[in-house]
Amino acid sequence: MSPDPGQTAPTAPAARGPWAQAGRRFLRNRTAVVFAALFVLIVLFVLAAPLWADHVAGTGPNANHTVDKIEVGGEERDVVNVEGLPIGPQWFAADGKFFLGADGRLGRDEMVRLMYGGRTSLLVGISAALLTTAIAVALGLLAGYFRGWVDAVIARTLDVIWSLPVFLFGLAIGISLAIGGLQLGPIEVSSGSLWIPIGIIAVFSVPYIARPIRGQVISLREMEFVEAALAQGATPLRLIWSEILPNLTSTIIVFTTLTIANSMLFEAGLSFLGAGVQPPNSSWGLMVSSGVGLLNTQPLLAIAPGLMIMLTVLSLNMVGDGLRDALDPRSGVEIEARGGTVPVEAPEGTF
Amino acid sequence: MARFIVRRLIGLIAVLFAVSVLLFLVFTVLPAQNPAQQLAGKNSTPELVAAIEEEWGFNDSLPAQYLTMMGKVLTGELVSYRPRVNVLEQIVERIPATLSLSIGAAVLWLFFGLLLGYLSAVRAGGWLDKLLTAFAVAGISVPVFLIAPVLLYFLSYKTGIFPGGGYEPLTGDPWQWLTHLILPWFTLAFLMIGIYGRVLRSNMLDVMNEDYVRTARAKGLSERRVMTRHVLRNSLIPIVTLFGLDFGATIAGTAIITESLYSIDGIGNYAAQASANFELPPVMGVALYGAFFVVLFNALADVAYAYLDPRVRLGESAAA
Repeated sequence: MSPDPGQTAPTAPAARGPWAQAGRRFLRNRTAVVFAALFVLIVLFVLAAPLWADHVAGTGPNANHTVDKIEVGGEERDVVNVEGLPIGPQWFAADGKFFLGADGRLGRDEMVRLMYGGRTSLLVGISAALLTTAIAVALGLLAGYFRGWVDAVIARTLDVIWSLPVFLFGLAIGISLAIGGLQLGPIEVSSGSLWIPIGIIAVFSVPYIARPIRGQVISLREMEFVEAALAQGATPLRLIWSEILPNLTSTIIVFTTLTIANSMLFEAGLSFLGAGVQPPNSSWGLMVSSGVGLLNTQPLLAIAPGLMIMLTVLSLNMVGDGLRDALDPRSGVEIEARGGTVPVEAPEGTF
Repeated sequence: MARFIVRRLIGLIAVLFAVSVLLFLVFTVLPAQNPAQQLAGKNSTPELVAAIEEEWGFNDSLPAQYLTMMGKVLTGELVSYRPRVNVLEQIVERIPATLSLSIGAAVLWLFFGLLLGYLSAVRAGGWLDKLLTAFAVAGISVPVFLIAPVLLYFLSYKTGIFPGGGYEPLTGDPWQWLTHLILPWFTLAFLMIGIYGRVLRSNMLDVMNEDYVRTARAKGLSERRVMTRHVLRNSLIPIVTLFGLDFGATIAGTAIITESLYSIDGIGNYAAQASANFELPPVMGVALYGAFFVVLFNALADVAYAYLDPRVRLGESAAA
C-alpha cells in the first residue's frame, strides 16, 4: 500500500456505483481473488461428477466392484484382493479408472465418490447457510425494529442457543431423527433425508447472523433517513423493506459466505459421527469416517476428503474476508483518508 | 457480587430447564417413530419395545413422560438396551480419558496461544504477527478430520514415532499416557492457538492506548513491567470468558471427533460408537449430562469474569 509517485490521480470514484466500487476493491485483493478462483474450481470439480463417472471411470458412486478386475498396463488386477483390501490409487494407469483407488471392501471408485460426495457437502452447506440467513434476517429485523417484548423474547432465545453446546445437540437430534425420521405436525421427513442435517445446522447457526443483524437494525432505526421516511408516513413494512434492508445487504453477503464454510464443517462433523448425511448418500465427512479404518494401507481414503473439506472451507473464509473488506464502505473511507491522494485500495490479504 | 451470583444462578436454572425440555422433545416428540422403538434400536424384539414403553410411561401425558425421563437421567438409571448397560456408569468410567485429552489440549492452546499473542502484540506488524494470522486462518479452516489422519499416518504408521491411537490410564504408566496423548492434544490445540493469540493481541493493542498505561510509562516503569503488569494482566480478563465457552464447546464438540479418530475410549467415543450403531440411550445420556456440564461451566466462567472485572457486575446491578 505504499504511495506510488508515478501513479496519476484516480478517476473520481463518485462516478461509479457502490457495487462497482466494491467489485473493484475485491478484484484488487489478490488473496481473495485467488481463493475465489479456488472455490469456483471446487464447484466445477463436483459439478463434473457425472462426466467423470460416465466417460472416465465408467462407474457410479455406489456401484459395487468387489469381485471385479481392472486392466492396469496390460495386466489384470483385483479391485479388492483376497484379504479384502481395496486397490490403491491408479492415477491414469487404468485410463482414469480408480484414479484414487477403491474405497474398501465394496470396491467403489473413490474418485467418483469424492466428486459426488462433494456435491452433497456443498449442497448441504449452501442450503443450510441460505436457510440460516433467511431465518436470521427475519428475526434480526423483527427484534431490532419492533424492540420491546418481541426483542426480549428473540434476543433471549438467541442467547440460549448461543450458549448451548450446539454440536452435541446437533448430534443428539441427528441420531434421533436418523433412526426414526421427523414428524412435526404436517411436516414429515424420512430418516435418510438431507433436510435433517440442513435443518439442524440452519437452526443452530441462526444466532451467529441474527445477533449482528439485530444490532445493526437497532442503530439503523435511529438514523435520520429512517426518521424522514417515517415522517413521510411510510408503513413499517415499507421502512423495513426499502430503508433498512438495503443497508444490511453487505452484512448479509459476508455472513452468508462465512456461514457456508461453518455449515460445511458442521455437516462434516455430524456425518463423521453418523448423525448427518446418511448412506447411500455420500459426503466428505462420511468418507473420512469410513476411510480412517484403512489409514495405514490407503491413507488417501481419509486424507483426500479431509483435504477437500479444508480447501473449500479455507477458500470460503478467505472470500468472506475479502468481501468484508470490499463491501464495508467505512474501511474504504478510512484508507482514503489515511492515504491522501492514493486511490482506494483493498487492504492487503491476510497472509 | 452476591447479587450477581444469584441473578446468574436463576438464569442458569432457566437454561438447564430449557435444555432438558428441548432434549426431551428431540428424543420423544420429534421422531416420527414410536419413542420406545427408538430407544430399543433397530433390530429389537416387540417384547423389548413393549417393556420400554411400560418402563418410560410413553402412554402417559407429555409432562409425565418428561418427569419420568428426567427422573431416570438425574438418578442415573438410564440404561442402554443392547445389552442392558447402565449409561451413567459407562460415562463415569470414561471421564479420566476425556479430561486427560481436553485439559491437556487446553493447557497447550492457552500456553502457545497466549505466548504468540503476547509476542506479536509487543512487536505488532513483525513476522510473528504474520505467522499468528496464518495460524488463526488455519484454525478456523483446517478440520480435525484432516489434521488427525495426516498426523496419524506420517508420525505414527509411517515412522512409528508415536503410538497409533488408544488411551493408557495415567495411573498405569504415565509415560505411555503421555505418548498416547501428544498427537490428540496437538490436534485439538492446533485449532485454538491462532484464535487465542489473535484475541490476546487485539486486547493488548486496545489496552496499550489506555491512560493508565501512559501513566505507568510516565512513572518511569520499565517497558517489560508496563507490558506484563499493566497491559497483559488487563488483557487476560476477556480471555477467561472466552476460555469458559471454548473449553465446554471443545469437550462437547471437536473432542468427540478427536477421541473417535484416535480411538481414545472417552465419553466422546462412547457417544460416537453409540451413534454409529444407532443406539439412542447413550447419546441421550451424553447429550444431557454434557449439556448440563457445559452450561454450568459457562456460568462459572461468567462469575469468574465478574469477579475479575468490576465493570461487569456493577453494570449488571445498575441495570437491575
